[in-house]
Amino acid sequence: MSAGNILVWIVWFAAAAGCIGSAVAVVAFRNALFSALALIGNLISLAVFYLLLSAEFVAAAQVMIYAGAVMVMFLFVIAYVGWDKDIAWTGGPNWQTLGGVVSAAALFAELMVVIVLGAANDLKHANHVSADFGSAASIGRLFMSNHLLAFEVISIILLVAAIGGVILGAQRRRRRTMGVKS
Amino acid sequence: MLGPGIAWYLAAGSAVFAIGMAGVMLRRNPLIMLLSLELMLNGANLVLIAFARQHGSLDGQVFALAVMAAAAAEVVVGLGLVVAMARRKIEIDADLLSRLRR
Repeated sequence: MSAGNILVWIVWFAAAAGCIGSAVAVVAFRNALFSALALIGNLISLAVFYLLLSAEFVAAAQVMIYAGAVMVMFLFVIAYVGWDKDIAWTGGPNWQTLGGVVSAAALFAELMVVIVLGAANDLKHANHVSADFGSAASIGRLFMSNHLLAFEVISIILLVAAIGGVILGAQRRRRRTMGVKS
Repeated sequence: MLGPGIAWYLAAGSAVFAIGMAGVMLRRNPLIMLLSLELMLNGANLVLIAFARQHGSLDGQVFALAVMAAAAAEVVVGLGLVVAMARRKIEIDADLLSRLRR
């Protein structure tokens, strides 16, 4: 095993520890603010995975758009509605808690069985890729040629979501001003 | 490819997905349910990118970006609902979301 290989294994395990640990922290924290901060850590350790899988552009987009823009919006809303009113874990373990944990564990066990079976057959060898695999230029070219329809659909989805967010947020104020006038 | 094979990345992705699924089912705060949904989407994203690397095709990465855009749209609508709850002085609880109909 070469030194570079060992280094990649070490980076992989560090990213996996950060990824799983922060994912558990997102679910387990009582405070929504801490959960959001743990999700930022999760997104960054996933970006390390993406870099190991030679997806440079997706890793950069993950850190800038996801861990940057989306999570800032999340933190603003958490600060707006308050983070200390959480009612998680009240009432101790009940059937809902048990069912959630058991079904998630069952799904994970099922996926692991499939992965282990697949790893025995054809998941073993990963092929070599060219140097520009995952670069912004090649992804942009693909978006503008083969996946142009998906690109346009994404833009429409984002537009509709933005309009929906404005409508959801603005409804209450409009009703209150109408009430004051009448 | 140096380091762990594709199966290791798939295992990490499915672990993140399962943890997010447990979070969606266990927590009652809509904000944390949204955060757990993000975890599930990111687990799926990691699997997409791992398979893209295995097959040497960029289509998986393109659709990982599409999933990121869909996640952003979902966050906008979900946070809009949470803000609407807060404006109507409804307690931030997933069980009380139906009160938004009034």
